[in-house]
Amino acid sequence: MDLEFSPEEIAFRDEVRAFIAENYPAELRGKQDEGDDLTKEDFLSWHRVLAKKGWIAPAWPVEYGGPGWTATQRYIWSEETARADCIRIMPFGITMVGPVIYTFGTPEQKARFLPGILSGDDWWCQGYSEPGAGSDLASLRTRAVLSDDGTHYIVNGQKTWTTMAQHADWGFFLVRTNPDAKQQEGISFLLIDMKTPGITVRPIITLGGEHEVNEVFLEDVKVPVENRIYEENKGWTCAKFLLAHERAGIAGVAASKRGIEKIRDIASTEMDGDRPLLSNPFYRRKVAELEMDLTALEFTELRTLANEAAGRDAGAAANVLKIKGSEIQQRITELVLEAAGHYGAPYFRGFGEGDNEHPIGPEWANRAAPSYYNMRKTTIYGGSNEVQRNIIAKMVLGL
Amino acid sequence: MDLSFTETQDMLRETLARFLADTYDFETRKKMLARPEGRDPGIWNALATEMGILSAPFAEEHGGMGGGAIENMIVMEELGKVIAIEPYLQTVVIGGNALKYAGGAHADALIPQIIGGEAIFAFAYAEPKGRYDLARIETTAKKDGAGYVLNGHKAVVYAAPWATHLLVTARTGGSGPDREGVELFLVDAKAAGITRRDYPTVDGFMASEVYFENVAIGGDALLPGGLDLIERLVDDATMAVCAEGLGAGRRHHELTLAYTKERKQFGQPIGKFQALQFRLADMMVEAEQIESMVLMGTLKLDLPSAERKAAVSLAKAKVARSLRFIGQNATQTHGGIGITMELAAAHYFKRTTMIEGQFGSPDYHLERYEALTLPA
Repeated sequence: MDLEFSPEEIAFRDEVRAFIAENYPAELRGKQDEGDDLTKEDFLSWHRVLAKKGWIAPAWPVEYGGPGWTATQRYIWSEETARADCIRIMPFGITMVGPVIYTFGTPEQKARFLPGILSGDDWWCQGYSEPGAGSDLASLRTRAVLSDDGTHYIVNGQKTWTTMAQHADWGFFLVRTNPDAKQQEGISFLLIDMKTPGITVRPIITLGGEHEVNEVFLEDVKVPVENRIYEENKGWTCAKFLLAHERAGIAGVAASKRGIEKIRDIASTEMDGDRPLLSNPFYRRKVAELEMDLTALEFTELRTLANEAAGRDAGAAANVLKIKGSEIQQRITELVLEAAGHYGAPYFRGFGEGDNEHPIGPEWANRAAPSYYNMRKTTIYGGSNEVQRNIIAKMVLGL
Repeated sequence: MDLSFTETQDMLRETLARFLADTYDFETRKKMLARPEGRDPGIWNALATEMGILSAPFAEEHGGMGGGAIENMIVMEELGKVIAIEPYLQTVVIGGNALKYAGGAHADALIPQIIGGEAIFAFAYAEPKGRYDLARIETTAKKDGAGYVLNGHKAVVYAAPWATHLLVTARTGGSGPDREGVELFLVDAKAAGITRRDYPTVDGFMASEVYFENVAIGGDALLPGGLDLIERLVDDATMAVCAEGLGAGRRHHELTLAYTKERKQFGQPIGKFQALQFRLADMMVEAEQIESMVLMGTLKLDLPSAERKAAVSLAKAKVARSLRFIGQNATQTHGGIGITMELAAAHYFKRTTMIEGQFGSPDYHLERYEALTLPA
């Protein structure tokens, strides 16, 4: 065992660092920090740079367009992008539906969909949750009926919490194709062109004022049968595979490390009487405890990666990563909000088009409360933390 | 010892609760927030004139009902239950108490105006760099003949856009954490030299950055009492927001409980799951402790200052922690809907989160308690 990077890995890190420094779109710099609402074009501009370089899909096999990185290289990549405050790459194509397509899709489906995911030409969204099917995802009721001639499905139903559906060209949907089978056995996995007649996307505004998520209504939406991934009624297999993928990335270790660094910066300048806030014994203890838990999370992720690389069963690791990773993300927002003091209260959504107002109080404080509210989602999405504990209890502990 | 409310106090609560139930439903509140001024002044007028609620904590000689801190606690708790955005805390609790403690001509002139709903107060005490330390202010009040001239910047002044009067803390001398030289001034909100930057707050109120540039005020604008008076007012206000937190936290818990009975997943109401039953039970345990601490702190407001401060700090720290527990667990229990603007419960979360830090975070208050009561 060796914690140190090898000379090759250090060279790789330097290459990545230099590449980001030279190629990260100038107009995006600082946007993450200022809390601007990122546009579709913002996301795509960085996506395209990486696509061109061949680094957009670190975990994909080389044959489908991945860079062929080792687990350590992928770890270095996430560290370096977080360190440089790069905006996140939307996961719906690259980390979610892409792997499903190259794992379960036909050669035709791979040829048709993978290039658009890599290039960013197709923006994807995820049609999973329904108003009555959240944590209990398998109870979903959106219905897909095969046409008499067997060429297409007619889909009717409603999805919710569909992140960034307002930008989406395509969506991957879980639909019920056999209402008589046991819950998980009557579900199919469909790729739906979001421009198909009968689809309505309606915004849901979350507590911080953001428009991230949507309701998606499907009314007699016609979907060609060749857009079904894997066998009919076997969609749950794809869904489970995808949830496992989603969970692995959900720990957010690199981003949380960066988050704590920012807290250190903020609390070093923000004064608490004659001392910096970071010298307040209560505050600094909370920072230390957060770093303790983040270190435990980081090494849990590293162990998981090592197990995966060695082909060993990861056990409960993915669930542990989701539970602890999401809690840590929330605690970071708690500490930022506490640092903001009085300036946690103003609701400032400036920097919109034509809005030149300067922020109220310190710049970083303006997003403190909205982020705190918004990040409550992390213990809810991607399989709520209650569901993660159910999985550990049932699948791992045999209870 | 007697911890029971009087009949008059029960009646005050019931009357107010009925009025708020009729006027402050979620949809109506949403419409108030959407108005340019961020509130419906008709509600305040009704509270003053039709209901007479604003007279509750004032002496009969000023046209009041003869109550005090307990009445304020009752009103704030009821306002918290509907997450009202009325300036009761700023006007009646802080403004009213400042006038009561000052007595004399100011009290005679302005208390009736508060009771009548004409005067609205805002409390300009916080500054960009001071955090929760009431003495760390840079706003100055320079003696100028018989009067003073104010200069400075006050931060996040709740209700300032609506205010007719400002209570402003400023230094006549000294600096840093010195107790000497910190004074409280009563200022006409329209006085020349005052400018504001108004904005909504995340919890539904309106607030301002208030700038004072050579604002000339009379000598009688100084309400005597210095930092002692300001600390007393802030302790009164702290217990009032704790009472508001009690109302909001309790209602947040009730809304969550109702949701667990109607929301079905895995073939049954989610309230049938023991994991959630324990959570809802724990939230109730916290709500009970909030109620206890609100009562304790409110009843100790008239003790000598060291005992009063210790009690208020314990109460505020505990209430803040319990509200965080209730708020976070209520949100988690609702799932995704819990963080959307469409859900009433979510707006309770926004307000109770702000109450956690209002007039001092738990860290601040525990530190103050330790300094007062534990050997160094």
